[in-house]
Amino acid sequence: MAAYITRRLLGMIPTLFLVSVLTFIIIQLPQGDYATALAAQAAASGGTGDEAFIQTIRHQYGLDQPLYLRYVTWIVGCLHGDFGYSFEWKQPVADLIGSRIAFTLLLSLLALAFSWLVAIPIGIYSATHQYSPGDVGLTTLGFLGLSIPDFMLGLVYLFVATTAFSASASGIVSSDLEQAPWTLTKVWDFISHLVPAVVILGVAGTAQLIRIMRGNLLEILGQQFVTTARAKGLTERRVVNRYAVRVAINPLISVMGMQLPNLISGATIVGVVLSLPTTGPLFLHALQNQDTYLAGTFLLMLALLLLLGNLLADILLAWADPRIRYD
Amino acid sequence: MSTVLPESWTSPTGLEQEPLSAADEARYGRNQIALIWLRFVRNRAALVGGGVVGLLYVMAVFANFIAPYDADQRFDSAIYTTPQPIYWVDEGKVYPHILGLTPKTDPETLLRTYVADPSQKFPVQFFAKGAPYHVLGLIPTDVHLLGVDRADIGVFLLGTDRQGRDQFSRILIGSQISLTIGLLGVFLSLLIGSLLGVASGYYGGAIDNIIQRVIEVIRSFPSIPLWMALAAAFPPHWPALQVYFAISLVLSFIGWTWLARQLRGKVLALREEEFVLASQLAGASDARIIGRHLIPSVAGHIIVISTLAIPGMILAETALTFLGIGIRPPLVSWGTLLQDASNIQTLAHAPWLLAPVGAIVIAVLAFNFLGDGLRDATDPYSVV
Repeated sequence: MAAYITRRLLGMIPTLFLVSVLTFIIIQLPQGDYATALAAQAAASGGTGDEAFIQTIRHQYGLDQPLYLRYVTWIVGCLHGDFGYSFEWKQPVADLIGSRIAFTLLLSLLALAFSWLVAIPIGIYSATHQYSPGDVGLTTLGFLGLSIPDFMLGLVYLFVATTAFSASASGIVSSDLEQAPWTLTKVWDFISHLVPAVVILGVAGTAQLIRIMRGNLLEILGQQFVTTARAKGLTERRVVNRYAVRVAINPLISVMGMQLPNLISGATIVGVVLSLPTTGPLFLHALQNQDTYLAGTFLLMLALLLLLGNLLADILLAWADPRIRYD
Repeated sequence: MSTVLPESWTSPTGLEQEPLSAADEARYGRNQIALIWLRFVRNRAALVGGGVVGLLYVMAVFANFIAPYDADQRFDSAIYTTPQPIYWVDEGKVYPHILGLTPKTDPETLLRTYVADPSQKFPVQFFAKGAPYHVLGLIPTDVHLLGVDRADIGVFLLGTDRQGRDQFSRILIGSQISLTIGLLGVFLSLLIGSLLGVASGYYGGAIDNIIQRVIEVIRSFPSIPLWMALAAAFPPHWPALQVYFAISLVLSFIGWTWLARQLRGKVLALREEEFVLASQLAGASDARIIGRHLIPSVAGHIIVISTLAIPGMILAETALTFLGIGIRPPLVSWGTLLQDASNIQTLAHAPWLLAPVGAIVIAVLAFNFLGDGLRDATDPYSVV
């Protein structure tokens, strides 16, 4: 197992290198750079946005160096934990993104946990009560959940929460508590903002898992070892929970690897809709203002998160399913 | 597909072969396409999905006719009008009519909306004359399905926005962009994906390695952040139509990798089949084998994957436009409509601005049902 993990980690290095190159190229794609964006802003507000100003800014931030040199400087810095300097916030990128990456990860993991905790019992119920009204209802609901994108769900939630409950739904804590110390009220407020976000983010994944779990379990319940278990006189509960479900869950682990990218994507846009401190709002802002290193580091970190998530899912699968050979 | 067994045939097990019933005979005699069609029409959800998809595209083609107004036509005295139904019965007389509008101010927010005023009634005309447009961009006309013979009031089935523009018309006209950008994106993904996927599976070796590495790198990014980064790169001075094509290119930048991966797997298996060996021995070129034998063999699979990819692309366009880095005015898409609904104060004031969500969900749901049905129908192992 240790050898397998080491090999997979080593295998990630060339991918990560190419990912970082592609990130850097994409981030440099917009015409002009931060200096011209700043000059345009200055000109718009009646200031001086002339060529000399642009050159000064470029020199100040090292934007006058050739592309490959800037890439090398950036990537070497990244390896030392120095992700460059945000032009706009006048702060090192590392200081800006740490908490946001962490919150995105927290939100994604909570949504993942939510979808598993909800989907597996529902999937088991649906499979053991196939074509019953409950099954049909839940399956339809699942299909609907799969078709409503998370950010629209967020919009609808914002509307319902604001009009029906006149609650402050956006942000991660109510605006009047933002500066307050972490008292019990604030913790409760935080949770009441976090739970809807987790649910909104987790709905699509839950719907997908229900469908897969139901399908898997139905297939397995028809197999001979289940009939044998029943013939031995085991209780139906034991047959389902100890025999069938254990086998049916394995394929879900490989689905987890596919769920994570969706959750990270979702957390980005749901973050914008609900004004949550995920990577979303800041990343969007950085992209629009050509804050190159900030946007680039976000993209790189999200890719890294995804690769690590896939690796974890593979390891989990290898650990859970003895049939998988990893040598 | 069907092989007629000689009379003298006995099964290898030595057991007597049961004679085929007429129904079975007819079933085994069908070709592949007929079998797929038979499986497809049995799936009611897929049929309904397919019907809705067809209807949506017909509506998009004739959007200007069905929509009472232009996307940009403003009614200054009907800002934030609540959705207005068409009434039929008026004091014993039956004719379609709408009610006049009267301003109402919210006592709390002091925002103004327009609500129905039963004292005024205006008859609704069918095939009314309105703003001029071109059917399919060719035939000039000014006939609209519905209309009112007044300039200051209109048929507002789904209400109006902050500039007094009819939302029903805007959703219909927006569907032209939103529904086609997915098709265009899938078409581009298809071109790149099937070419590279089939080549990757057929040639193997270094070509396969390079293509797979490229796919791996692109897939290492979560899709929405990658789309965002690419879409943000378009210069602001680009014309709206150019942005539209650029967005569909951006969507296919990730889309092709899915198709290529799937097709590679299929072709890897097909490559070992005898018919490929036979054509190689017959001296067929690689291009001919790929074009005439391999791609037709995986055509069903290509259609299924493309259908299932379209809703994702529709959603991606909506998401990007919603974030302000997608389709730009003057073009109208479902995303630009949702952008108006992104402000919570506006939304609380005019909740009908959420109507585009309904349109998007219907489109996505219909495509999902259709795609699922096609997938089941093209699965050769499912029972007819």
